[in-house]
Amino acid sequence: MRMARVAACAACYHCGLPVAEPGRWRARILGAERELCCAGCEAVASTIVAGGFEQYYETREATARTPLSQALARSAVYDDPAAQKQFTAAGEGFLEATLILDRIRCAACLWLNERTLRQVPGVLRADINYATQRAQVAWDPRRTKLSAIIEAIRAVGYDAWPFDPQRQSALDRDTRRAALWRLFVAGFGAMQVMMYAFPAYVDEGAGDLSGSDASLMRWASLVLTLPVLLFSCGPFFSGAWRELARLRPGMDTPIAIGIAAGFLASTWATVTGQGEVYFDSIAMLAFLLLGARYLELTARQRAAASLDRLARWQPSEALRLADEADAGSVESVPAHALVAGDLVLVPAGERVPADGTVERGASSADESLLTGEAVPLAKRPGSELVAGTLNLEQALVMRVTRAGAQTRAAAIARLVERGAAAKPRLVEAADRIAHALTWVVLAVAALAGIRSGDPWIAIAVLVATCPCALALAAPVALASTAARLLGRGVALTRSSALETLAKASDVVFDKTGTLTAGRFTIARLQLLGRAGEGRCRALAAALEASSRHPLARAFQDEVSREASRGSRVPVEDVVNFPGHGVEATAGGRRVRIGTEAFCQGLAGTPAPATPRDAALTPVYLADDGGWLSVFLLEDSLRPEARQVLDELSAAGLRLHLLSGDHPAAVGSLAGRLGLLEWAGGAAPQDKYMYVEKLQGAGRTVVMIGDGLNDAPVLARADASIAMGSGADAAQAQADCVLLAQDGEARLAAAAECFSLARRTMRIVKQNFGWALAYNAVALPLAAAGWIGPLEAAIGMAASSFIVVLNAMRAG
Amino acid sequence: MESLYLLVPLSVAAVFGIGWVFWRSLHGGQFDDLERPGTDVLSDDQ
Repeated sequence: MRMARVAACAACYHCGLPVAEPGRWRARILGAERELCCAGCEAVASTIVAGGFEQYYETREATARTPLSQALARSAVYDDPAAQKQFTAAGEGFLEATLILDRIRCAACLWLNERTLRQVPGVLRADINYATQRAQVAWDPRRTKLSAIIEAIRAVGYDAWPFDPQRQSALDRDTRRAALWRLFVAGFGAMQVMMYAFPAYVDEGAGDLSGSDASLMRWASLVLTLPVLLFSCGPFFSGAWRELARLRPGMDTPIAIGIAAGFLASTWATVTGQGEVYFDSIAMLAFLLLGARYLELTARQRAAASLDRLARWQPSEALRLADEADAGSVESVPAHALVAGDLVLVPAGERVPADGTVERGASSADESLLTGEAVPLAKRPGSELVAGTLNLEQALVMRVTRAGAQTRAAAIARLVERGAAAKPRLVEAADRIAHALTWVVLAVAALAGIRSGDPWIAIAVLVATCPCALALAAPVALASTAARLLGRGVALTRSSALETLAKASDVVFDKTGTLTAGRFTIARLQLLGRAGEGRCRALAAALEASSRHPLARAFQDEVSREASRGSRVPVEDVVNFPGHGVEATAGGRRVRIGTEAFCQGLAGTPAPATPRDAALTPVYLADDGGWLSVFLLEDSLRPEARQVLDELSAAGLRLHLLSGDHPAAVGSLAGRLGLLEWAGGAAPQDKYMYVEKLQGAGRTVVMIGDGLNDAPVLARADASIAMGSGADAAQAQADCVLLAQDGEARLAAAAECFSLARRTMRIVKQNFGWALAYNAVALPLAAAGWIGPLEAAIGMAASSFIVVLNAMRAG
Repeated sequence: MESLYLLVPLSVAAVFGIGWVFWRSLHGGQFDDLERPGTDVLSDDQ
């Protein structure tokens, strides 16, 4: 039971959470004493003030994240020279690395981090890019270490990881720069050429503009349009060339033809001194088209860069046995240095560094990385171990079979690279329409030109009906939405999923880890013997204090409370029985906590019958004198679960709950959440068939689960959303990952996925409608000669721009 | 309008000059982070 005084609580000045014990933690910030909620906030606030960075509190736009209280990865691991080779660059007496910053809330946080970094002695240079939230740090390895730098960032309440340069894309930056350069040349050239064209527009034939002056203007226009054509329009020409080589005209062909034809005709007019010139229209056309493409590029790159935050270099060491017979001869090596055949020691509580089989020892492993269920699997000699999973109870000695890039986890991580490779069906349809339209346009242009005898009509047709709006309609909207979702903590690994999410009719939820938090708490306690409740709790807490079993965590919360009340029970000779329970000596007696069968071994008699709630997991406590108590644990429901489900059903989606758990437990949960359709005790094949049946009835099914839980089912569903607690790349197998923030994935983000997806598709359809309508009007007008190339250029480029701006509305 | 024969070519040359300046600043990294200058205004220090 927590001390919960609601309503009248002050809010912590640093992180905004309610202050439960006013007066206990304070700091003097910006000239006044401020209340803080915990020791962590006090430490961070004091550090910020001591560093002279109080200004942070003035300019920040949001409260800070509550400082992490659990143990962070040992930062010393970053100093290993072999590991550092992977992400640092060496210079003359200094090392340089890029760090991804975490827990950033606003620009003030970035400012604070930069100032803090620069203050660390030994740091030569620290620059933070506000757009990507990455820091370039250079330091003198003789005066400071990377671990000290990362500790400095943690001291002010943030976190940082080295950026894996294998993922780094200097290419992205160069692409963006090249696009911006082209845009500038086109824009600046267009402006200047328009100035030269101006006299010709205002000249009413009254003779103000002499022939030689007009010729001068034309030549100047030509000279300035040349770089625009040759350089800025390069992508259009190379694109058109590629398309024509395959005889598949797409977006670029009409543009390229229109621009080239316009330029050649204008050049001819300049040289011969007769006819009209259209250099200004061509330059402006190029500018507007490139502008639209640039916006699309930045939107796409931004989404990709944010996704790169998942590309942290994961520090991992392994304890390799130098001498196979001697379990004490361990040496610490980086995990990527392991090879098949090595023998490694995996201590209790550590992650398995590579794929392998158990040589010696017995323990259990948490494979929620793969299965999504936190129920530990027993491991004995001969059992398989998977890299990245957690060894729970006792040390194991393992023979490596696959290490480094060959491990299953690494293979899964490579799937993340897929990104937005698969085009949404809608976009493919657009491509096909544009393809057909191009042939029609070319034919009409040729006919109109021949019939009227005026090549400018043909050019007007080509330019007016360019299907760029069609091409730009979808990609910008999708990229924008992906970036926006990322800001909400949702990573879209396949933007094609947006289309499916918008069309979804049914949503299937997994239970453990999705609707529930995967954390157990003690719901009830039933006394079975002579010991009182306090004694039972204290005994249980003491026995489970060092256990890593997921159920043990419910008891470990008791430990701190008992410690503060001074009623800790000393225990000795703690023995762990993986899969069964823990035994120890307390107060002179042997005590056991664990499964009913395990405790019965000590108590002697069968457990007394107790009213059982199938939704709760029982843990028994007994000593050699008899039964003591049974604890009933429940998997806590996520607080936002009910709300999310209500939102989704209000949006018209049918909701289902599918779980492998006991039907009674699943049924009671379904009742609590108001779900009408549910199924418990479902094996993976049952889940698969359930989804298949729904699809057979014509429904579009979205599955929400965690990890690679039931991978075939996730693949079977039309779209899949995964809970990203733990930030394991494995979750990226799904189309959409709800990223963890402060260790907890946000289920509420799931509801946003659906609503944003629908909005995006609406906007894409609006864009398509507009593009087609515009073309339907412009084509006949241009063919009839009612609009010249200039108006055609303006109209076409403007419509592209409108489409792009509308698309950015999605994001 | 003889002055035009001087001014127009001058302006063409000026365009190339300005283009070169932009090239330099672009590849010097001035356009890499467009969000930061907005918030830098708020800091008091150097």
